[in-house]
Amino acid sequence: MTEPLLHVRDLKTYFVTEHGGGTARAVDGVSFDVYPGETLGLVGESGCGKTVTSLSILRLIPEPPGHIRPGSFIEFEGRNLLTSAPTALRAIRGNRIAMTFQEPMTSLNPVFTVGDQIAEAAIVHQRLSRRAARARAVEMLTLVGIPDPQERVDHYPHQMSGGMRQRVMIAMALICRPQLLIADEPTTALDVTIQAQILELLDRLQRELGMAVMLITHDLGVVAGSADRVVVMYAGQVVEQAPTRELFARPLHPYTEGLLASVPRLDTRVSQVRGRLHSIPGQVPAATAWPAGCRFHPRCPYAWDRCATEEPPPLDTPGSEPGTHTVRCWLLTEPQRRERRA
Amino acid sequence: MTVWTWLALAGAVALALVAAAEVRRHAAARAAGRRFLRHPTASLGVFILAFFVTLALAAPLVAPYDPTRQLDPVHLQNQPPSLRFLLGTDVYSRDVWSRLVYGARLSLGIGTIAMLVAVTVGAGVGAVAGYFSHWLDAVLMRGVDVGLAVPRIFVLLMAVALWERLPLGALVLLIGFTGWFVTSRLVRAEVLSLREREFVAAARAVGAGPTRVIFRHVLPNAAAPIIVSAALGIGNVILLEAGLSFLGIGVPSPLPSWGSMIHDGWQWIVAAPWTSGFPGLAIAFVVMALNAVGDGLRDALDPRKEGT
Amino acid sequence: MTLPAPPLLVQVEGLVKRFPGARSLLGLGRARRIVRAVDGVSFAIATGQTLGLVGESGCGKTTVGRTILRLIEPDAGRVTLGGTDVLGLGARELRALRRRMQIVFQDPYGSLNPRMTVQQTLAEPLAIHRLAAGPEAERRISSLLEEVGLDPAFAPAYPHELSGGQRQRVGIARALSVEPQFLVLDEPVSALDVSVQAQVLNLLAELQRKRRLTYLFIAHDLAVVKHIADHVAVMYLGKIVERAPATVLYAGPRHPYTTSLLSAVPVPDPKAQRQRIVLQGDVPSPATPPPGCPFHPRCPHPKKSSRCGIEPPALREVAPGQFAACHFAEAPM
Repeated sequence: MTEPLLHVRDLKTYFVTEHGGGTARAVDGVSFDVYPGETLGLVGESGCGKTVTSLSILRLIPEPPGHIRPGSFIEFEGRNLLTSAPTALRAIRGNRIAMTFQEPMTSLNPVFTVGDQIAEAAIVHQRLSRRAARARAVEMLTLVGIPDPQERVDHYPHQMSGGMRQRVMIAMALICRPQLLIADEPTTALDVTIQAQILELLDRLQRELGMAVMLITHDLGVVAGSADRVVVMYAGQVVEQAPTRELFARPLHPYTEGLLASVPRLDTRVSQVRGRLHSIPGQVPAATAWPAGCRFHPRCPYAWDRCATEEPPPLDTPGSEPGTHTVRCWLLTEPQRRERRA
Repeated sequence: MTVWTWLALAGAVALALVAAAEVRRHAAARAAGRRFLRHPTASLGVFILAFFVTLALAAPLVAPYDPTRQLDPVHLQNQPPSLRFLLGTDVYSRDVWSRLVYGARLSLGIGTIAMLVAVTVGAGVGAVAGYFSHWLDAVLMRGVDVGLAVPRIFVLLMAVALWERLPLGALVLLIGFTGWFVTSRLVRAEVLSLREREFVAAARAVGAGPTRVIFRHVLPNAAAPIIVSAALGIGNVILLEAGLSFLGIGVPSPLPSWGSMIHDGWQWIVAAPWTSGFPGLAIAFVVMALNAVGDGLRDALDPRKEGT
Repeated sequence: MTLPAPPLLVQVEGLVKRFPGARSLLGLGRARRIVRAVDGVSFAIATGQTLGLVGESGCGKTTVGRTILRLIEPDAGRVTLGGTDVLGLGARELRALRRRMQIVFQDPYGSLNPRMTVQQTLAEPLAIHRLAAGPEAERRISSLLEEVGLDPAFAPAYPHELSGGQRQRVGIARALSVEPQFLVLDEPVSALDVSVQAQVLNLLAELQRKRRLTYLFIAHDLAVVKHIADHVAVMYLGKIVERAPATVLYAGPRHPYTTSLLSAVPVPDPKAQRQRIVLQGDVPSPATPPPGCPFHPRCPHPKKSSRCGIEPPALREVAPGQFAACHFAEAPM
């Protein structure tokens, strides 16, 4: 078993809200690993803490009002990121770990050319000269499939479409050949046909560069097509973790189950589909007031009294190797309750 | 100063403190209010304004003498501040403190009314120009350009020159009507962007006509630049009125506006500095307070800061 | 014996909307590039049914929705609602007609006035059309909120106190308050989370059944449209390129763009071995449409020929009830 590239244990990131709003426990005990060369999908809806998790890894959380609680542990390539000095962190960001963001419109600086922005990381980390860095930028544009890279390198973000800007962001992220790419909702803001292009691009680049990808998204379809393993988040915690095929074939956490059942799908026959979509009743609670016990219990069709009082830890599923498929649910200890409900 | 007026003054100060504290309390309950309170000068400004407004309202209680009464032209000219005359007397043996307090009514009153006129006209023109666009917008904005190009003081000077004796009310209205141009531009910009927001389209879809859309949907959301304009505008008008009165063409004697008080005491600035000095200080404090409050409001109401 | 088809409620013919592009001579000259956002769109919707209007950004679908309601004035075409000519009405008659057709917007955060409470937002249409006032209006508002699945206690809340799903429900309640026959739904669930999406879609379906509403459901997500549409029209660069009953379209699309679109939608099933068709190039800008067939530069159809770059294909019936604008629609990919 190889060593994980990124090892996150019990990450807790809290935000202080002003004027008596309480503390928002955005990430509340998240643990997962990313292995070299794999794609890990981090799935969840808004408010589950997935973006805060990724920002915490790179220590990009604004210190007030946010803070990473003591007891959290993040290790990358054997180095503890939470105790590293700022200079050491800067040497890692953009270099060993890179990140792309959801909104290419607002994540690119409108007053610098695309070439300048891509080259910046190379200049900072690899100490390349301006000319050499520019040449690398053109190489990267070719790598990410932008036509006429010699011309495009001098264009500004507003002269490019959404799909192209996302490619530019990917080029910026990959110029230093990082070991880990964190892609935060890389396709959400794009049209469907462009989404397909970007996913194909990420796939190809991952194979060519041998890097690991942490793919953050709310789209289960994206995860099904691109991820090797999936981590499902709800209310600041990991509720289920499994290899992709296993998760879709045998979703064990009621939230995962509900989510899968409520996604409108193309691959079912139309006649089966007209009528009601399964939906999870209720809504995501506020981060300042997570429910007691299991956080999903108010919306769970199987919940019983234990669920309201005791918070379940991640439990291994019987029949899988320990650690490969974990579920935060008491149903694993009392599986008969699942049949009773159905 | 009599015992009663001292008590009344103490009461006014206390009232101002209480009012300012209440404002603080209410502000702290809302995010916008907290942004406002982050400016230390803003809170101080609120207190200063509360103080002067209270003084103005309580003028009859706080002023021991009639502001226009010449007490004793022979013996009580240009007396320095004492227990009897809190801020001294001026060259016409009028109590400076009483004049200051009644002057607060005049200066603040003129400032507020002129500002209301300016802001109403400015917001109206800006809203119409921004909402209806095309040729109406072009015409109105060219008019605003002309208005901005003409120096305000000259217009007022001309008006005073043309009328034998300009009544105070007319002067106030005129100040208002020469001061709405900047507000109209700000409001127009706000309205242009609000017009494209979906809730405006939603209101139209539901059947709302232009009047309802402008008054119920657009203007309430364009309140921020209007409120900030208003706060800063009062200060501008007070300064303008002071300038005009100082030149002798503003508020007519013997009415005790702060500007005319400075005018009256100007020649004695060395021998009796309190006659011009105190009204000057009053103007300075009030205008600075208004600017501080205006800045605080601008920051508080900035929609881009939502959530900070 | 088959039932007779329900009567057509909404009919749109030859709808055109052009936007002027950048003007020459510092804004004073003539518009240099005209953007044909909607370039001759025709369709009809029967009472109680849903037409799904699908396409990517820039295809004109949102403009179609807004021009039908005359929130944007079209340049040409004909729109009838239950026989009434919508485009020819004067201001007063248009206001009366607004009772019969309403719209729900995409952005639950932007479509509600942030300074008005839910109560005020819902009371406004009732006041404009003089439907109810005072306690009667309060009663109606309470029952509307219940109908869309919200606790009437939310009435005094401001939009920023509600979640995205709740705001969207308020938007739906507002549209329903005037008792319309026809609703334009402009991407009503695109901005919502998956679990909330399902709730709102179910709500919309239920409301349609209860109130016998007719929907124009504008969306970019084909999977979502599949759940609610009886007929589907696919738009590309201002034109409809395919139109068919939903069952027919999803089972056998005839236009290569529809096929590519269907294949690009990610399916939540890792076992689905699909040969994904990945289109090359960007979604073109409506300011510079390609000559001939607008889709031809990106078209993956094996039979694509020079004809495609010269002759724009007409939207024609290639199978009973199924219309496609492609020279090779008889031999789909």
